[in-house]
Amino acid sequence: MFAEASTVAHEALSSGWFLEHAFLIPIIPAVAFALIIFFGKKLPMKGSELGVLSMVASLVFSVGAALQWITRVNGATEEQFIDPVIRSWTWWNSGGFEFGIGQHIDGLSLTILVVVAFISSLVQIYSLEYLRGDRRYTHFFASLTLFSAGMLNMVVAENMIQLILGWEIMGLCSFMLIGHWWEEGANSRAALKAFFTTRTGDIGLLVGTSVLFFSANSWTQEHLGVSGFSIRGLSAWALTGNPGHAAITVGAVALFIACIGKSGQFPLHTWLPDAMAGPTPVSSLLHSSTMVVAGVFLVARLYPVFFEGMNIFGSGVNLITLIGGITIVIAAALAFVQTDIKKVLAYSTVSQLGYMMMGLGAGAWMPAVFHIFTHAFFKACLFLAAGSISHSASHHSFEMKKDMGGLRKFMPITFTTWIISTLALCGVFPFAGFFSKDEIIDNVGHNGYTVFMVVGLIGAFMTAAYMTRATYLTFFGEPRGASAGESHDDHGDAHAAHDTHDAHDSHDAHASHGPHESNLLITVPLMILATLALGAGLFNATPFGESWERMTKWVEPRSVVVEDMAHASVGETRGVRTEDTVAPELMMSAAPAETAAGEEAPVGEAPHAAEGEHGAHAESVCGTSTPEIGTCYAPQLHHAPFKWSKAAMSVIIVLVGMLLSWLISVQMYTKKSGFFVGLTSRNKLLALGYGFLVNKYYLDHLYEKVIVHGIAHPIAKAAYWVNQNILDGIVNGAGLVTRRVAGWVYRNVDQRVVDGAVNGSGAVARGTGNALRPVQSGKVSQYGALLFAAAAVAGLVLIIVNT
Amino acid sequence: MLVNQFLILAAVLFCIGVYGVIARRNAVMVLMSIELILNSVNINFLAFALRNGSIDGHVFALYIIAVAAAEVGVGLALVLLVYRNRKSIALDELSEMKG
Repeated sequence: MFAEASTVAHEALSSGWFLEHAFLIPIIPAVAFALIIFFGKKLPMKGSELGVLSMVASLVFSVGAALQWITRVNGATEEQFIDPVIRSWTWWNSGGFEFGIGQHIDGLSLTILVVVAFISSLVQIYSLEYLRGDRRYTHFFASLTLFSAGMLNMVVAENMIQLILGWEIMGLCSFMLIGHWWEEGANSRAALKAFFTTRTGDIGLLVGTSVLFFSANSWTQEHLGVSGFSIRGLSAWALTGNPGHAAITVGAVALFIACIGKSGQFPLHTWLPDAMAGPTPVSSLLHSSTMVVAGVFLVARLYPVFFEGMNIFGSGVNLITLIGGITIVIAAALAFVQTDIKKVLAYSTVSQLGYMMMGLGAGAWMPAVFHIFTHAFFKACLFLAAGSISHSASHHSFEMKKDMGGLRKFMPITFTTWIISTLALCGVFPFAGFFSKDEIIDNVGHNGYTVFMVVGLIGAFMTAAYMTRATYLTFFGEPRGASAGESHDDHGDAHAAHDTHDAHDSHDAHASHGPHESNLLITVPLMILATLALGAGLFNATPFGESWERMTKWVEPRSVVVEDMAHASVGETRGVRTEDTVAPELMMSAAPAETAAGEEAPVGEAPHAAEGEHGAHAESVCGTSTPEIGTCYAPQLHHAPFKWSKAAMSVIIVLVGMLLSWLISVQMYTKKSGFFVGLTSRNKLLALGYGFLVNKYYLDHLYEKVIVHGIAHPIAKAAYWVNQNILDGIVNGAGLVTRRVAGWVYRNVDQRVVDGAVNGSGAVARGTGNALRPVQSGKVSQYGALLFAAAAVAGLVLIIVNT
Repeated sequence: MLVNQFLILAAVLFCIGVYGVIARRNAVMVLMSIELILNSVNINFLAFALRNGSIDGHVFALYIIAVAAAEVGVGLALVLLVYRNRKSIALDELSEMKG
C-alpha cells in the first residue's frame, strides 16, 4: 500500500528505520493520551509519567529520524533533489475519492518534529512541579499530551486531510488547556475566544483545501498517481505553470486566512494575549512550538502553492509580507503598555510570528524556518521563567508593576536564563535570535522588499525596548507587592481555583518565605532551554561561512526538475540532464532584472546559463513553465550574502533600543522623574496614543460590539419585522377568510349533517376510550415498550408473509 | 464485504438502545439510548452503502448525525426545564399525561 513512487527513482538515497517509521511519532502521545484518560488516576503519579514518557519517546524517534535524514542528505549529490520519505495508506473511501493517511518526512518536518517533541518534553517535566496538587492534574496532562500529538500529526501529515486533523485537534486542546481553570469566568471566556477566533480562520483552511483539491486532483492523479490532497502533489502541481492563476490564488489566500487565525497574525491576533489565562506551561508550549507555529508551518509546508499563488518575488509587496509586517509593528507597540509579564511575552510572540510570515512572504524560506527553530527555545524559556517567578516569588501574580521588581537577587537561575533568552529574542550577537532574525531582515531586503526590511529593523528596535522595560520591571529596582512579602487576599488572578486546592502543601509556605528560587524540576528545563537560546544559532551560522550553514543544507529543498515516474526509466543516470534542470533564475520576467545580473550566485545554485537560451526550453526552469519531462517540488530561492556591515547595523539598532528603554525605565519606575511619570495623561497626543494601545486598537470592540452585534442585531430585527408584518398578515388574512367560510359551514352543514354523525361516533369513542383507559398510564417507558413490541410484531409478520 | 457482521453489530446496538429506552428511569440515559438506536441505523446505512458501492448511504448517515444533534439539543433542553420545575428527571414520575 505504500506510495513507492518517491523512492524508486533514487536508489542512491539512504533511508533507515526511524525515517520509515516516523508516522509513529504522533501515534505514541496519542496512545498515551488514551491511557492517561482511562487509567491515569490509578497510576502512582496520576498519569503524568505516561505523558512525560511518551514525549521523551517521541523525541528519541524524532532525533533518530533526523540523524538518518542527515545521512540521507550527505549521501546525495549536489544537484539531486532529496526525496521526502513518503508513506501513505488508505484512510477511507467515499464516493470514488480515496483519502489517505501517512507521513511526509523531509527536512522541514523533521526540524519541527524535533523542536515540538523537545519543548513538549521539557514543558511536561516543568508541569510536574508547576501544577503539583492541581485538582485536574491528570486531565491537564492528558490534554497536554494530546495537544502535542495533534501538532506532531500535523507536521508528519502526508496530505491536507491529515493536516486538518492535527490542526483541529490542536484547536480543541488549546480550548481545553486555556480554560483549564474554568471556574473563573475570565478563563473560560478566553478559551472560547481562542476557539472561535481560530475557527474563523479555519473556514479558510477548508475552503482552500477544497479549492486546491478540485483544481489539482486530475493533474496529480495523472502525473504522480496521488490525490489532490497530497502535499507532494500540490507542491508539484503549483510549480508546473499549469494551474489556473485564479484557482491557485484563491487557494493560497484562503489557506493564508487560516494561518492568520492560527498564527495570531493581524487582524486575528486578539485571541493570543487572552490565551494567557491558561496555566503558564500551556502558554509556553502554545507560544513556542505548537499551535501558533502551525500557521507558519502550513505556509512553509505548501510553499510552492503560496509562492505561485501570492506571486512571491513578483513585486515589492504581497499579502503575506503585508500582514507579517503589520503584525510585527502593531504587536510590538502593544507590548509597551502591558503590565502583565505574560502579556508582554504574548505580544512579543505575535510580533516574532510576524517576522516569520514576513520572511516566508518575501522568499526568505530558510531564515523563517530557522527562526521557528530558534524562537521556540528562547520563547519557551521566557515563558517558563515567567512561570517560575509567579510560582516561587510573586505569589501567582503576573503583574510586573504591582508584584515584581528586584528579583535578580532572589532568583539567580531564573534571572540568568531570562537575560540569555531576552538577548536571544532581541537578536544580539552571538545569541540564537541573531542568526535567524537578522537573516530574515537581510534576505527580505535582498529579495527586493526594501520597505519590509525597514519594518523589520523598526520591529527589532521595538523588541529590544519593550523587553528591556519588562526585564527592568521584573528583576531590577525594589521588590513590590507580593515579591516584597505582602500577602495577597485574592491570590492573583487565574490561580484562585488552583490555590484553594493545595492550601495544605508547600505552596502555603510562600507567604512566610518571600521570594526564593524554584526547585530543580523548574530550573533544569530553564537551564537547558537557555543553553539552546545561547547556542542554537550555530546550527545555521551564516556569518561563519558556508560550512556552518548546516540547516540550509539539510532542510531547504533543492530546486531541481525530477523526472516523472511515467517517463523515468529506473536506474537511469541522473547527471545527464543537469544543464536543463538547474534553474539559474526563477522569475525570468517578473523579478527585477538587476537582481538577477548583479548578485552572487545563491548557495547551492548551479552555474548561470544564458537566459535567452533557457526561455525557449519548455521543461527547463522550475516554476516558470510546464516541465514536459519532469516535475519540480521546490521553487528556486535566493540567499542573501552575509555582510558584517548589515549585521552590525541591526545589532547597533537593538543596543540603542535597549539603552534608551533602560534609561527611560530607570527614570520612570525607580526615580519617579517628574517628566516621565504621568506623561501620558498630561500630553494630549500621547494620551490618545496610550488609550489607543491600552484598548488594543479597539479591535476587540470592533469584533464584539460592531461586527457580532452589527450582524446579529439587524438579522434579529429583520426577522422580527418579517414575523410581525408578513407572516402575521398572512395568518390574519387566512384567519378572516376561514372565519367567514366557517360561519357558513356551521350554519348549513355542521348543525344539520355532521352533528348527527358526530353524536353517534362520540358515543362509540367514549366506549372505546373507557376500554383503553388503563393503557394510558402516562409512563413514557411503557409507551416505548408498546411501540417497540408493536414494531417487533409487525416485523415478524412481514418476515412470515414474505417467506 | 462483511455486511453480515455490520448488520449484527447494528442489531445488537439497536437492542441495547431499545432496552435503555424501556428500562432506564433517567431521562438523559433515555436520550443516550435513542442516540444508540440512531447510530445503529447509521451503521446499517453505511453497511449497505458499502455493499452497493453508492454514496447515498454515506450522505444519509451524515444527515442523520446532524438531525440527531438537533434532536439531542431539544431533548436536553426539555430535560433541563423538567429538572428546573421538579428537581428530578426520573421519567416514571412524569405521569401527568395519564388518561
